[in-house]
Amino acid sequence: MGEYLGTYAYFLGCITPNRYPGIEAATKKIFKEFGVETKEMEGAACCPAPGAFGSLDLHTWLPIAARNIAIAEEMDLEIYVTCNGCYGSLQEADHLMKEHPKVKEEANRILGKIGREYKGTSKINHSIVLFHDLIGLDRIKERVKIPMDGVNVAEHYGCHFLKPSEVRGQGSSETPHQIKDLVEAVGAKAVDYKDMLMCCGAGGGVRSYDAYTSLDWTRQKIVNAMNVGADCMVHPCAFCHLQLDRGQSEIAKALGVTNMLPIIFFSQFIGLAMGFNEKEVGLDIQKTKIPDKIRDKFNSG
Amino acid sequence: MGTLMEDVIDWGGEIFGREHMETIKACVQCGKCTGVCPSGRITALRTRKIFQMVQQDMREEIYNSPELWFCSTCYTCYERCPKGVKTTDLIRVIRNVASKDGYMHLQHKMVSLYVIKTGHTVPVNLDVAHMREELSKNVYPIDAIAPTVQRIPGIADKAGYPELADKPEQMEQLRTIFKETGHAKFVGFNWDKMDLDVSDEEMEAAGLKKKA
Ligand code: SF4
Ligand code: SF4
Repeated sequence: MGEYLGTYAYFLGCITPNRYPGIEAATKKIFKEFGVETKEMEGAACCPAPGAFGSLDLHTWLPIAARNIAIAEEMDLEIYVTCNGCYGSLQEADHLMKEHPKVKEEANRILGKIGREYKGTSKINHSIVLFHDLIGLDRIKERVKIPMDGVNVAEHYGCHFLKPSEVRGQGSSETPHQIKDLVEAVGAKAVDYKDMLMCCGAGGGVRSYDAYTSLDWTRQKIVNAMNVGADCMVHPCAFCHLQLDRGQSEIAKALGVTNMLPIIFFSQFIGLAMGFNEKEVGLDIQKTKIPDKIRDKFNSG
Repeated sequence: MGTLMEDVIDWGGEIFGREHMETIKACVQCGKCTGVCPSGRITALRTRKIFQMVQQDMREEIYNSPELWFCSTCYTCYERCPKGVKTTDLIRVIRNVASKDGYMHLQHKMVSLYVIKTGHTVPVNLDVAHMREELSKNVYPIDAIAPTVQRIPGIADKAGYPELADKPEQMEQLRTIFKETGHAKFVGFNWDKMDLDVSDEEMEAAGLKKKA
């Protein structure tokens, strides 16, 4: 166990706990390994989705997001998330209420009816930023037991973690580095591929509106990564994961192919390098499996 | 009813500030947004055209164009517009205004339906509860049902964890918000039936099963 680095409220959202709980359990576990404690946010709701729900009614999206943030404020803790959608909604709502006093006032008029208040005191953190900046690459390097050398990683950043960059403040949305830094810290190689920054294809309600179009979009992304010899794709978003993992299995079935690109959430990837096997980081329960190259490392070690 | 542009600026202005929405007036129709759009490669979405249609007050046409709903909100065009048009936020607001005027697809109403009923777009189910049970042994302790809203009456009992039953007052808080903003009415949610006011035929026509 590392030195204590702090306690955070984990905003779970929907996809993480209700479709990919392996992401939830592994993130808590690896955070704990590095001295970051997690507290649950009782009664938190859907973020709600910035693209899908935000496309329907932003005037309802905002107070629901404000209520979610208020729960963490009552706990006197900063928030972390494991989904770009959750990050997009909470971070954007927080930003808008801080920028525009009237927006905050209206949200609080509504929250007043349910006995809550948004104050603006809980920072919204993406978990990948806490790994990158709070834990830091040096501490991560120290804990590597099974170096991921020889493993080619296709980075997938997703959209709402980086963009709009003027609101997110995560640096350049054209040359992001967070995933690359983390996978290289554990010995893997980040490989560039065509349209690396392209969206997974599920957001904005596109997946619910037209699954075929959405999956065709995803197929392009996966093929582009496979074409440069990627062994897996590493990303920071539970919502993208649903599309890239389960969506990919739907694509494979429809096309009659068996070869799938392994999709791995970043904290689970770091967990593997720390010597936890696929079952110990919850990767055994998803559609795509870990790359043979990684499985061989465990078998020979 | 004013022009579509006025409606967009009014509705979106209350969330993003009016200046943010007024950037639509600065669109010079250069087409860069269309050029960088990943959706436009595989769908009929022409981002530039969306803003032109607003500028020309083509309300009916835009409400009836399926392309409006093919934007994944990836913000690529937002980052690259040379005139600072807040493209993606404008698209979300144009969709809001269309929805408010009754042009909301059933698939999207379903997104709302789940949140109004369960507190989640994607709620827990029994398979997931069992999966979480396994993860708790193999990875790290987590509850079989996460302590979020999860208003699915009876599921905690069925999963074998009656102590993890949801707290209905949390769902009540959300429903108060839905009533307060008028959202439930907006999507045609019927509180007596606790369901959307749509027929099974409409559901079928949209390729959906009635299941919520
Ligand atoms: S890139 Fe900007 S200015 Fe050019 S057409 Fe698109 S929105 Fe208009
Ligand atoms: S935000 Fe929408 S319109 Fe803009 S590039 Fe992405 S998919 Fe296209």
